[in-house]
Amino acid sequence: MDSRKIEENVFKGLMIFSSLVISAGLLWILAVIIIKGLPAMNLAMITQAPKGGFYLGKEGGILNAIVGSLLLAGGATALALFLSLPLVLYLNVYLKKGARLAVFTRFSLDVLWGVPSIVYGAFGFTLMLFFGLRASLLGGIIAVALLIFPIMCRAMDEVMQMIPQELMNASYSLGSTRWETAFKVVVRQALPGILTAILIAFGRGIGDAASVIFTAGFTDSVSFSLFRPVATLPLAIFYQLGTPFPEVQARAHASSLILTIIIITISIGARILTKRFQGYVVK
Amino acid sequence: MRGKRAIKEKAARYLMLAITGLSGLLMFIMVFALYYRSRPILALKPLTYLLLDTVWAPSRGEFGFLPFIAGTLWVTLVAVAIAVPLCLLTSIYLSEYAGSRIREWSKPPIDLLAGIPSVVYGVWGLLVVVPLIKDQIAPLFGKFITGYCVLAGGIVLAIMVFPVIIHVSVEVMGYVPQEIREASLAVGATKWQTVKFVVLRKALPGIVAAVVLGLSRAFGETMAVLMVAGNVARLPKSMFDPAYTLPALIANNYGEMLSIPLYDSALMLASFILLVVVLIFNIISRMFLVRIERRIQ
Amino acid sequence: MEFKNHICVQNLNVYYGKVQALKNISVEIPDKKITVIIGPSGCGKTTLLKSFNRLIDLMDNVKATGKILVDGEDILDPKAEVVDIRKKMGLLSQKPYPLPMSIYDNVAYGPRIHGTKGRKELDQIVEYRLKESSLWEEVKDRLHDPASRLSVGQQQRLCLARGLAVEPEIILGDEPTSALDPNSSQRIEQKFLELKDRYTIVVVTHILRQAKRIADYVLFLYMGELIEHGPAREIFENPKQKLTREYIQGSIS
Repeated sequence: MDSRKIEENVFKGLMIFSSLVISAGLLWILAVIIIKGLPAMNLAMITQAPKGGFYLGKEGGILNAIVGSLLLAGGATALALFLSLPLVLYLNVYLKKGARLAVFTRFSLDVLWGVPSIVYGAFGFTLMLFFGLRASLLGGIIAVALLIFPIMCRAMDEVMQMIPQELMNASYSLGSTRWETAFKVVVRQALPGILTAILIAFGRGIGDAASVIFTAGFTDSVSFSLFRPVATLPLAIFYQLGTPFPEVQARAHASSLILTIIIITISIGARILTKRFQGYVVK
Repeated sequence: MRGKRAIKEKAARYLMLAITGLSGLLMFIMVFALYYRSRPILALKPLTYLLLDTVWAPSRGEFGFLPFIAGTLWVTLVAVAIAVPLCLLTSIYLSEYAGSRIREWSKPPIDLLAGIPSVVYGVWGLLVVVPLIKDQIAPLFGKFITGYCVLAGGIVLAIMVFPVIIHVSVEVMGYVPQEIREASLAVGATKWQTVKFVVLRKALPGIVAAVVLGLSRAFGETMAVLMVAGNVARLPKSMFDPAYTLPALIANNYGEMLSIPLYDSALMLASFILLVVVLIFNIISRMFLVRIERRIQ
Repeated sequence: MEFKNHICVQNLNVYYGKVQALKNISVEIPDKKITVIIGPSGCGKTTLLKSFNRLIDLMDNVKATGKILVDGEDILDPKAEVVDIRKKMGLLSQKPYPLPMSIYDNVAYGPRIHGTKGRKELDQIVEYRLKESSLWEEVKDRLHDPASRLSVGQQQRLCLARGLAVEPEIILGDEPTSALDPNSSQRIEQKFLELKDRYTIVVVTHILRQAKRIADYVLFLYMGELIEHGPAREIFENPKQKLTREYIQGSIS
């Protein structure tokens, strides 16, 4: 065999090896989370809040964190949607393609995407001090909303950019204003994409810990108040792992499994929506 | 157009413009806010002193950031050193060798990998990587340690940046026009020669951008590293020494921060440093990517 | 005119997934002549051309059956050395695609990957091939500039030089003038006419006037079928098939 062929085969082997390593990594993570998480899984985990001595291995569950995370991620997603939908509509309906403001905004959204969540936490904390808020559900919602805002914008922007100009022109030619075109035509056309963006952002929000350490605090009771601290799943995992008791650590593993299941469900949901959306796109 | 509709149109327009403008400025607002909060400590000691001092003893008023900066760099570099070769080879495989079906199939797992919360990676690191280093890897080098170290942080981080690097690299290699590959193959180059001399060359700025994006993701990652890297505020001297990263420092000391003078300001300075570094990384790589996209059109 | 054969296509069928792009093509391409493939767009011209150097392999779900004999060797045989087949044929694509490197390195690319290392030898090859494709005078002072700085017309001649540098027997052109201005197009056509003493040239075009100007031999494809083929004069002046006549008169396109 000539040397070129040998080189080709060596590298092809390395490539396949790398791909296998990466796939194996993913499987390994999922397998460990499932195997370690299942034994401590029981109904009490998801139906009860921590009782006295929970962190010493006594009774209870993580209902406080599940409820808290859902409230926090839900609130943050709603807040982020409230800000990002007008923004992407403005980019796609009001501004011309290649307008300087549009280019700049997209660029800064991309950059914001890369800002670590701990920085959003610190910034959210500064905002809270500024407004005189204490660690609370509201504080957490603000920090997480900041974190998922660029993610949501980019995801929605991508689908809206695919909407043909002709469709908007058709709406204008019927005498619609831009506002009506944006909310009645573009939003409807991009609806599955918007839903996907919401799911992706929600998933990111529910899994993030670093942004909520400062801002949302933690509590052992199930709390619905905007102005009181709230528990979150990632922090519940973190704190349970921090105890020296194997029973509590086992619950942390079960909590990780719960969080992973939520994330996978959301990820699959987003994928199904995207698939369905592709069916509508005329090529 | 009649009154009510026109007013609605106008109001909506200005509101939307305000939101758009504000989010464009968010970057600057964040930089300013964090800088503002870190001024008290900067007023006391010059930045260069804080960055280069190695003593971290907040209760005595000593705030030397060097151990944390060094710890962050160590962990990030180990992560990138592990991730880059694996990711590049995988990206080349997905983009150039695998059929479109495998390429499509590879997307959901990569998305999933990107979506798994960092705490879960941390749990995996605690359960798998730390014991592995303690029982298998470190003894090979004659070291007997707890397993919480730079290497553990690096391995967990490497897996976390896989999806970032692969996603962007596959995308930029997809931008390389098929005709250029054909041109190379048509003179009798093998597939690998075509990849090596033409595709990688053409996609190089994009691949650099992908790596820098991965780097900045690793740089700012908090929870997973916090859980496995050991968190000792000392300069690490090898891969088996514990490391304390900037994000971990911020996250770990929320409780005490308001009880010791200047502590909160020091942590905000840490956030400020982190933000500025990551912004620079991101701006550079995004500029590369924007230029590539423009060249395609 | 007398024709000796260089490429011999036997019962060639090409499928993209379930779509059949070429239907049972059998034809012989004459040696050291310009063969032009004409036909309306989407008729399979480019597919036929890319079957010759197996560039169709790059697409997903492609299946080719039948035989393509070049110098008596079946290039569709799975055991055939694709790299050697491609080396035998230079390719000019619709738009010139210089490789992302200097002018010099573009021409030297082929010889280098086939093992020519010596600087002097490479210098000679580059100069010779750039002269052969009439580009030398325009670029001799800036050989190490990026090839992307050349004009489109110059780039196409550079691509020709790059293809010739691996000493092919056959030149394949896939509408090689479609991105060029009339002046540059004319230079490429002129080049083909000069080169046909030494190379077998196969060109796909949708410009009938161009076909008439350069063709010695013509293949007319329609919807994946080879409707008619023969010496250029016969096809253009006295086509046997009704479809060919209609195409040449411009009533189908």
